Amino acid sequence: MYPQSFHYHAPRNLDEAIGLLEEHSMDAKLLAGGHSLIPTMKLRLAGPGHLIDLKHLRSDLNYVRDEDGAVAIGGLTTHHALESSDVIRQHLPLLAETAEAIGDVQVRNVGTLGGSLAHADPAADYPATILALEAEIVAQGPDGRRTVPASDFFFGLFTTDLDPEEVLVEIRVPKLPRGTGGHYEKFPHPASGYAVCGVAAVVTKGDDGNVTRCRLGLTGVADVGYRATGVEDALEGQPWSDERVDAAVQSTADDVEPMGDYYASGEYRAQLARVYARRALRRAWANAG
Amino acid sequence: MATQFFGTRVKRREDPQLIQGTAHYTDDLKYTGLLHAAFVRSPHAHAKINAIDTEQATNAPGVVAVYTGQDLQGHVDPIPTAWLLPDSDLKTPAYPPLAIDKVRYVGEAVAVVIADDRYRAQDAAELVKVDYETLPAVVDQEKALQDDAPAQVHDDAPNNRAYHWQIGGDGIDDAFSQADRTLGFRVINQRLVPNAIEPRGCVAQYNPGNGQLTLRLTSQNPHIHRLLLSGVLGVPEHKLRITTPEIGGGFGSKIAVYPGEAVVAFAAMTLGKPVKWMETRRENFLTNTHGRDHITDVDAAVRDDGKVLGLKVRTYANMGAYLSTAAPGVPTWLYGLMLSGCYDIPAVHGEVFGAFTNTTPTDAYRGAGRPEATYLVERLMDQVAGELDQDPVEVRRTNFIRKDQFPHPVATGVTYDSGDYEGSLAKCLEMLGYEDFRSQQAQARQDGRYLGVGFSTYVEICGLGPSQTVGATGFQGGLWDSSIVRVHPSGTVTAMTGTNPHGQGEETTFAQMLADRFGVGIDDVDIVHGDTDRIPMGMGTYGSRTTAVGGVALYQAAEKIVQKATKLAAHLLEAREEDVQFDSGEFSVQGSPDQSVSFGDVALQAYLAWDLPEGMEPGLEAESFYDPSNFVFPFGAHACVVDVDPETGETTIRRYVAVDDCGHVINPLIVDGQIHGGIAQGVAQALYEFAFYDDNGQLLTASLMDYAVPKSIQMPHFETDQTVTPSPVNPMGVKGVGEAGTIASTAAVVNAVVDALRPMGITHIDMPLTPERVWQAIRAAEGR
Repeated sequence: MYPQSFHYHAPRNLDEAIGLLEEHSMDAKLLAGGHSLIPTMKLRLAGPGHLIDLKHLRSDLNYVRDEDGAVAIGGLTTHHALESSDVIRQHLPLLAETAEAIGDVQVRNVGTLGGSLAHADPAADYPATILALEAEIVAQGPDGRRTVPASDFFFGLFTTDLDPEEVLVEIRVPKLPRGTGGHYEKFPHPASGYAVCGVAAVVTKGDDGNVTRCRLGLTGVADVGYRATGVEDALEGQPWSDERVDAAVQSTADDVEPMGDYYASGEYRAQLARVYARRALRRAWANAG
Repeated sequence: MATQFFGTRVKRREDPQLIQGTAHYTDDLKYTGLLHAAFVRSPHAHAKINAIDTEQATNAPGVVAVYTGQDLQGHVDPIPTAWLLPDSDLKTPAYPPLAIDKVRYVGEAVAVVIADDRYRAQDAAELVKVDYETLPAVVDQEKALQDDAPAQVHDDAPNNRAYHWQIGGDGIDDAFSQADRTLGFRVINQRLVPNAIEPRGCVAQYNPGNGQLTLRLTSQNPHIHRLLLSGVLGVPEHKLRITTPEIGGGFGSKIAVYPGEAVVAFAAMTLGKPVKWMETRRENFLTNTHGRDHITDVDAAVRDDGKVLGLKVRTYANMGAYLSTAAPGVPTWLYGLMLSGCYDIPAVHGEVFGAFTNTTPTDAYRGAGRPEATYLVERLMDQVAGELDQDPVEVRRTNFIRKDQFPHPVATGVTYDSGDYEGSLAKCLEMLGYEDFRSQQAQARQDGRYLGVGFSTYVEICGLGPSQTVGATGFQGGLWDSSIVRVHPSGTVTAMTGTNPHGQGEETTFAQMLADRFGVGIDDVDIVHGDTDRIPMGMGTYGSRTTAVGGVALYQAAEKIVQKATKLAAHLLEAREEDVQFDSGEFSVQGSPDQSVSFGDVALQAYLAWDLPEGMEPGLEAESFYDPSNFVFPFGAHACVVDVDPETGETTIRRYVAVDDCGHVINPLIVDGQIHGGIAQGVAQALYEFAFYDDNGQLLTASLMDYAVPKSIQMPHFETDQTVTPSPVNPMGVKGVGEAGTIASTAAVVNAVVDALRPMGITHIDMPLTPERVWQAIRAAEGR
């Protein structure tokens, strides 16, 4: 495992980092945890000429802020920081639960939310949750900052809306209405720990006991994370019943083409999506109080 | 003799330096002027090599040399096969250290770059241009053997047949004609990748002044490597030294001679500089010998009371692209001899077709043949139980070889030394609470839960082995082992063993034995191994042989020491030799206990030699070679309880109970560790691990992100216990335990899953029981 040679940069601040991206563009890669990038380089599947280590930006981009109506999370916030943050645990327990499901202790201590989202592995855990929480991604580049809804952020396999000159600086997650519960249900690959299927469910129980709002995000199943809007629509505004959920989740994988590989066929991933969607929804409903 | 250490849970003396990072592995070795090797490997499973252009690589920064197969011709001979099956049509096509005109598996070495830096070597390796003409590949051994096979791997092995081999057969037709019914099924024992945590590597140093070549090598058997590499390299044995630094596991993958070490030795000799090669994890996946890979058709002749009268087994064994060092013996003798398991099956016929394919060569992997045999015979017992609607425990009891039938010759030709199969099973059932299990299972089924139990009552052959017998199987060597026990003038002890433990813990257990025998402290004993210049010729560590053969060699040398020391003590005490007793490190005269001399004092006198008995040589050192009279046959009973989720096919192990019998136990802590690790590897085969090739011969599971070596959290709690049935084969009464857990556990897990799903009419699922495979089996059953 011997990577090609590369130039190493450790910019002192965001402007320097963006300047380096402008200079080297497609020949540069940002290092923000490195759990995917470094192995890929060691296998020589990636050979960036310039590696831009964001470690000095940690003082600026490692935060969880309780703001009005939303929680703002710095792009370099580690998985461990998320799972152990009081703010996250209070307002977005689903996100803490998702962070907890990632890799192992060492991975969670070093890997970052922004790094994972920017890498856009179709089997990473966050896309399901970020989609279900209707988060926004904040990117900063030479032309300043812009905000992208999570639903527009992921394009496909390892591709996102980020420009080569942009840094993913913040994730903004709206706080959830009263009576909302969430749950992340994951089938991990036995070797990698990545999600063969991961389902994030967010449900809100109205005063009338009906489902007033439902969001269902999936990862691992298709080549990009997605929301199963058919399931959401079938449940929203309806009284909760196990039978209704059982019927609704049948369409969980209907609008995507599930990925298949040596370990799990597309047919099987679709089955996992249906079963895990039901489990996630039931737990989320229970958490809704 | 007082036994202060034998039988106690002494902590492994090996561990502090391993845990603290002060041990030296091969990759830790650094030498002035050290050069580094990087191999150019075939990306194709099967291709002609039209040309190799090394010019650009040769001119790259830091590169000292680039060698191809042509450069090695006349200097490095092909990699040898050392198990030549007699009475078979075995073909041994040449296995060139670097491919010459053709590549036959993905990862096969085509060229090597030697550079002043490992990274630059790798950079330059990418600059070697190989002109390949790709050919169709064959991956599946059954297809490979057919007339219309998509590829012919070797011109001199028609139909890709490596060999056809048979065992037993007496009375088999009668057995089938007497049977109430016959039962046939197919089992696939999938290919596995050993994945020792430390990959393989070698540092070669050559002294042109005296012609001495030293290889520091990740080897389970340095003397076997010396003997075989001496032939490959043309370096006389007395000029070739092999040492093994600390080794991070082997599981069989570090037995064979590989191209890597031969090529770096050639480079060091040619360049006159030390050369290091450490493989990457990906190279480890692609080029270390793989294990298992059998397709087997089983036919059994069964009486309606559950008794198995006859067993016919036809196995297609995937040998890979070349025959690795011990490869032909693994799916034949090490498998065929154990086909009847711990059962009294009067007639057994086994035949094995070894096939060449465009895959990585296979060879021994923890258990080597015995897990495959155990798996099929333990599946058979459950198939019989299912067919006859009997309890699988009762079917086993019906067929067991009884305690009073030992030593017991079996139909395949070996004689089991000792056993009490009912005893270990009874203990296992008690620990499990089996009496209540079936009612719990019935209740669970009513609740819609799929709960199952699986048993594996195994026996295995180890302590390899009596040299005359293994010679008759075509193994090109004896399997005795050696020792030297050297008592120093101050009474401390250095003991050398011809075995080469690399994780098994004999630096501790052997020291326990000797400390007890001499009545000295355990820290007064050092166990030395892994250096052909320091230890006598020995055969290494594999096949659960280290204690049962190497340990006995040490025991014999220790006895010689005690004999000589007793004679000297009698002389010093002015007593008759027969009146001198030796206990807890003191020689004393019977009847006058105040007249005594310590072991250390006797050692000192042996070296001072001022006052020795007439004719006694100075010094206190003894050597022993031990050749066992038979193999040893450890056994036990394992039980696994699982829950299967019918919606997703996910299996959860609820309990795992293991009762093992390896004869007398020197260190229960180490035995537990071996059992735990062994079960983990067997459970992993049952549920997780498989080397998956696509039809083009690409290994899709060539990383730890894809190939599921289990983590501790993926394992259940192991409930273990032992029974003790000493072996009569050796004076210590010991058997082996290094492979037992792996041999037993796959069948227990698969039997449990099939038991859980029996109400659906499922009778078999092939390993690994991934959730999808189980789910597909359930769907197929529901569709019926």
